[in-house]
Amino acid sequence: MADGTAALAQTGAARSAAGPRRGGLHRMMRRQSTTAFLLCLPLLALVLGLMIFPAFYAGWLAMLNKSMERFVGLGNFTFLFRRETFWNVVWQSCIFAITAVFFKALIGFILAHLVHVLPAKGQRKWRGMLLVPWVMPLAIGTLAWWWLLDPSYSAFNWVIRAAGGENIAWLGDTFWARFSVILVNVWYGAPFFMIMYLAALKSVPEQLYEAAAIDGANAWQKLWHITLPMMRNIISITVLFSLIVTFANFDIVRILTNGGPRDTTHIFATYSFALGIGSGDIPLGAAVSLFMFPILGVFAIFILRGVRRRADAMG
Amino acid sequence: MAKHSVSRRTLLKAGAAGTAAAALPLVNVHGQAAGGTLAIGFWDHWVPGANDTLTKIAQEWAQKNRVELKIDYITSNGNKLRLTAQAEAQARTGHDMLAFATWDVNIHQRNLEPVDDLVADLVRQYGPINSIAEYLGKIDGKWRAVPTTVGSQLKPPHVRMDLFKQHAGLDMQAMFPGGPEGRDPAKIAAWDWEAFLVAAEKLNKAGHPFGLPLGSFSDAIDWVGALFRSFNAVLVTEKGDIVVKTDPGTRAALEYMKRLCQHLPSDVFAWDDASNNRAYIAGRASLILNPPSAWAVAKRDAPQIAEQTWYIQMPKGPAGRFVGDLRYFHGIWSFSRQKNAAKDLIRHISQRENAERLVAASLGYDLPPFASQFDFATWRDEGPPKGLLYNYTPRDDTQPNISGYPSEKSIAAQMYNQATFTNMIARLVQRNEAMDSVLSWAANELEGFQRG
Repeated sequence: MADGTAALAQTGAARSAAGPRRGGLHRMMRRQSTTAFLLCLPLLALVLGLMIFPAFYAGWLAMLNKSMERFVGLGNFTFLFRRETFWNVVWQSCIFAITAVFFKALIGFILAHLVHVLPAKGQRKWRGMLLVPWVMPLAIGTLAWWWLLDPSYSAFNWVIRAAGGENIAWLGDTFWARFSVILVNVWYGAPFFMIMYLAALKSVPEQLYEAAAIDGANAWQKLWHITLPMMRNIISITVLFSLIVTFANFDIVRILTNGGPRDTTHIFATYSFALGIGSGDIPLGAAVSLFMFPILGVFAIFILRGVRRRADAMG
Repeated sequence: MAKHSVSRRTLLKAGAAGTAAAALPLVNVHGQAAGGTLAIGFWDHWVPGANDTLTKIAQEWAQKNRVELKIDYITSNGNKLRLTAQAEAQARTGHDMLAFATWDVNIHQRNLEPVDDLVADLVRQYGPINSIAEYLGKIDGKWRAVPTTVGSQLKPPHVRMDLFKQHAGLDMQAMFPGGPEGRDPAKIAAWDWEAFLVAAEKLNKAGHPFGLPLGSFSDAIDWVGALFRSFNAVLVTEKGDIVVKTDPGTRAALEYMKRLCQHLPSDVFAWDDASNNRAYIAGRASLILNPPSAWAVAKRDAPQIAEQTWYIQMPKGPAGRFVGDLRYFHGIWSFSRQKNAAKDLIRHISQRENAERLVAASLGYDLPPFASQFDFATWRDEGPPKGLLYNYTPRDDTQPNISGYPSEKSIAAQMYNQATFTNMIARLVQRNEAMDSVLSWAANELEGFQRG
């Protein structure tokens, strides 16, 4: 009996000793956040391997000399600051990104309203059709635009000539070449804004509009006092996201103009490619590609802080 | 990357062992890759079927030497070949042997195995090597890659005989016959940039302008570079001194371009490498500066235009007659473990009989680096019209050129890749900038290129 009691006590002690350990691990594994973390691990590994590492590697490359044998600190950046062509690229990138994002947001906003007021039956069809440019691979879409804007056989010029007008050098003249690359970017990106704004529009409570209507508000007042404030966060986030992506654009300029005429359509990515891959100066190319990183970083911090404050205020 | 290093001795031994063992099928099977594996990145040829001939040549060597080949054909479209080279140089792994275009030998010189012994052997066999190949491939006295026939091309004038005869009164076939016979040095000497300008004016008035691109792609850079050289234009000296602001040749070339551009289509500043081909095949352009790809396509799609096509030599300038020469090389990475096998394969590809097969397979497009090999039957017999390709190769007093020559190579590479020549012309002609302003802009750009 005594032996049996002692044995039971020993077993109980062993259980109580092993219990909390196994139980802790068990509890941790059963925690939803742990499962979520484990499920996210492959994605985190991808982000780390394909985004974080290349970003840091690019930062390291940007601080090496041309032959990549010597550390030069910020020497590549100070060199770029003295180059007229580089400042032209900065200026062109800003024109390209800001103008394109403005028109993408504007057109997306208008399209979202148009689709929103369509009867539910036909809405899905229109939504699908309007999304086509965004779904299509950008390189393919840009090639189609290139045929439309071709220096010698432009389809647009064919129509203009048929109407009695004169050829436009879409890709050969600085103004028209900038116009063309921005146009294609707006064509590609506006559907993204449309779909985001449409989702935001659908989440605005109908009662607000009804109340405003009772108060005698006209369409403009409803837009200004209800729609825009309710969509402010989504507008901020889409503009920020699009600005980052547009600043990093490569395909459109590369396919349409290759930076020409006279380097007047080069943007950061194409100029970085021309320097890094074309001319074999990888560190300088990396420095060009990283130039906007701190500016966009600060911009992102302010926008996201605004979004969070508004979300807190509403919540 | 292959796992085993193979010396020449091992290769020879393997070859001898293979031959001896040929009678014993079982042993032969096991000894198939006694010489290891050689990974190769060849340039993906535009001409259909040309890759097959190169594969066949390489496999003949591989079977003889019992080496297993892993061949990748990498297109230069979208700079994929360049990106591959950059990625492999960064990672220090990849192919053992790779194709390099023009300036890429200079860019990757530190990662390329010297091949002086191999080039010296080839020069002993076939005589002097192309001067541009030497400029591009020999760095600080050492050959870093071997100039190859595959992909190397010239960009001489490719004209419509009927249009020249009808509108400019010039019989280009008589001026540049399809063989060494009947060539009149006086007529050839008279074909200079002034005669070219007169013909450009007449043909433009007739609605068939010259299709000369002035954008940032290689066709534009190559012909403009040849023109500048023939005016003795030097932007940067061999030592790296920037002389563009005071160089009389550069001013003369730019003044000439100002006159010539009056007779060119206004859209040439936006042309890419395909625009001139299209203009020619469509029957719009009467002259383009291109390898025979436009003619080959016309033969299929517009035979009436192909039959009226003829190659002529470039016009002569005050400093001589120069033609754009775009060279390809085969290089061996210094981190390869199959250096000897790669060298042996390059030697095999460079043999005259194989060069001749490659030229025939590419319909005369590929150009060997040795003038002694310009007598291949393809350039004499290919047609229609028969003999049109004879003047694709440099004849008479024509010399090869690469834009930027003879400037210091790292500066010249940037001048080429950042289209300094055509940008100068565009500023002068399209933007109507003053000559001094254009030259100051160029000097500022070139100073930037001097970065070490």
